[in-house]
Amino acid sequence: MDTSQVPQRRVLIWDRIGANKTRTVLLIFGFVVFTALFFAAVGSIVAIYSGVSPDVDPTLTIQIAVAAALIALAIGILMYYASTATVLAISGAHQVGKAEEPEVYRIVENLSIGSGLPMPKVWLIEDSAPNAFATGRNPEHAHVAVTRGLLDKLDKLELEAVLAHEMSHIGNYDIRIMTTVAVVVGLVALAADLMLRFTWFGSGSRSGNKGKGEGAIALIILAVAVLFIILSPFIASAMRFAISRQREYLADASGALLCRNPTALASALEKISKDPEPLEAANKATAHLYIENPLKEHQSFLNSLFATHPPVEERIRILRAMGG
Amino acid sequence: MGTIIVVGIIIAIVVIVLFVFVGMYNGLVRSRNRVKEAWSGIDVQLRRRASLVPNLVETVKGYAAHERETFEEVTRARAQLEQAGTPADSAAANNMLTGALRHLFAVAENYPELQAAENFRQLQSELSDIEEKIAFARQFYNANVLDYNNRLQTVPTVFIAGMFGFTPEEFFEADEEGRSEVRVDFGRETPAPPAPPAPPASGSGTTS
Repeated sequence: MDTSQVPQRRVLIWDRIGANKTRTVLLIFGFVVFTALFFAAVGSIVAIYSGVSPDVDPTLTIQIAVAAALIALAIGILMYYASTATVLAISGAHQVGKAEEPEVYRIVENLSIGSGLPMPKVWLIEDSAPNAFATGRNPEHAHVAVTRGLLDKLDKLELEAVLAHEMSHIGNYDIRIMTTVAVVVGLVALAADLMLRFTWFGSGSRSGNKGKGEGAIALIILAVAVLFIILSPFIASAMRFAISRQREYLADASGALLCRNPTALASALEKISKDPEPLEAANKATAHLYIENPLKEHQSFLNSLFATHPPVEERIRILRAMGG
Repeated sequence: MGTIIVVGIIIAIVVIVLFVFVGMYNGLVRSRNRVKEAWSGIDVQLRRRASLVPNLVETVKGYAAHERETFEEVTRARAQLEQAGTPADSAAANNMLTGALRHLFAVAENYPELQAAENFRQLQSELSDIEEKIAFARQFYNANVLDYNNRLQTVPTVFIAGMFGFTPEEFFEADEEGRSEVRVDFGRETPAPPAPPAPPASGSGTTS
C-alpha cells in the first residue's frame, strides 16, 4: 500500500473538533427550527379549538409543552453524564490496564499519541463475538471497549485499525452529537404524543356549534398540523439514524487516516460482519455504539432507513478504494 | 448628517479589519504552539528510548563483552540524540540510533543465552514499543507542522506571518531504511506487516 493513496485531504484533529462543534451548533439550530414548526402546528390546533370552544384554555398547551421540554432536557443532561457508566455496566465490561492486556493497551496508547487525544480507559467484554465501541462525553472522559473475540480473531494491524476507528469517534465528539440528537428525538416524540392526546381530548369536549363555512379552512390547517405531528417522531428518528450513519463513515475515514491502513480496517470489518455469533452483551439501546451492528439484523427498506450503521459492504468498498 | 454616516462606516470597516487581523495572528500563534506541544510528544519518547540504551548495553555486555565496536556505535548515537537541538538533528540522531541498535540486535542473535535472558527480552520489547510510539508521535507532529506551514505560506495569513517574523517549522523525517528495519527486527510478534502501516509519508509526501 502506498501512502499517496490515502485520502490526500489531511484532516487535523483540531479542525475536526472545530467542524464537529459547528455541526452540533447547526444541529441545535435545526432542532430549534424543527421544534418551532412543530409548535406552530401545535399552536394552530390550539387556536382552532379555542376559537370554537372557549372552554379549552390555550395556555394549558403551552404549559404542557414547556414542561415536556424541561423533562426532555433533564433526561438529556442525565443521559449525558450517566450514560457512560450505564453503557459499560450493561455491556458487562471490566477495565483493563497494561499489565492484563498489554497488546491492546499499547495500541490504544500509540493511537492516542498519533491523534493527540488523551489516553482513554480501556475495557474488555468477555464475549467471543468480535466487536468494539467507544463512549464518554468528551476526550478527557473517554472509554474504549473491546470484546475478547476481537482480540482473538483479529491480527495486530486489524485490531489497530478498529481501535483507530473508535479513537476517531472520540476525537469527533460523536458521543456528544449523538446524545444531543437523541434528546431532540425524545423531546419531539414526547411532545407529539402529548399533543395528540390533547387533540383527541379536545375534539371530544368540543360541542357542535361551529359554522360550516368558516370551518373548512380551519379543518385543512388542522389536518396538516395533525399529520405533521403524527409524522414528526418518525422524521426525527430517521434524521437521527442518518446522522449516525454519516458519523460511522467519518470515523472510518479518519480512523483509516490515523492508522494509515484502510485495508486493515476493511478486512477487520469483514471479519466482524461475517462472524456468525451475535453479541450477547448488546441490545437495541447500545447497538449504535459498536463499530458494526452487533444484532445481525436482516436488510430491508425500513431497516435501512432506521439503521444505525451504513451497509458494511459499502463501508468495506470505500475503505478498499482508499487503500488502493 | 451625511459625514457622520461616512465616518461611521469607515470606523466600522477599520474595526472589522482589526478583528480579522487579530484573529489571523492568534490562529498562527495557536498553530505554532500546537507544533511545540506535538514536538514534546516526540521528545518524551526519544528520551525514553535514550534512557534504555545504557541498560541494554550493560545487559548485552554481560554475554558478549568483546563486541566493543557495536557498543561504541550505540553509545555515540545515544549521546548525539541527547545533544540534538532541532527536530532535524534529533531525527538524524534517532535514525542513527536505530541503525546502531539494529547492529546490536543482529550481534545479539549470535548469543543464544542472551536471547533467552528475561531482562534482554523485556528491553527488546520495550524498545520496539517505543519505536512504534515515536512513529505515531511523528505522524501527529508532522500533521501539525503541515497545518502550521500551510497557514504560513498561504494568503492572507502569509502577510501577517511576514510582518511578525513567523518561520516555518521542520518536519521530523524518518529514513526509510531505518524504519522498515525496525519493523522487521523488533516486530517479531507482529504478523509480518508487508507494508508497515506506513507511518506518514510525512511532510514531503503530502505537501506536494
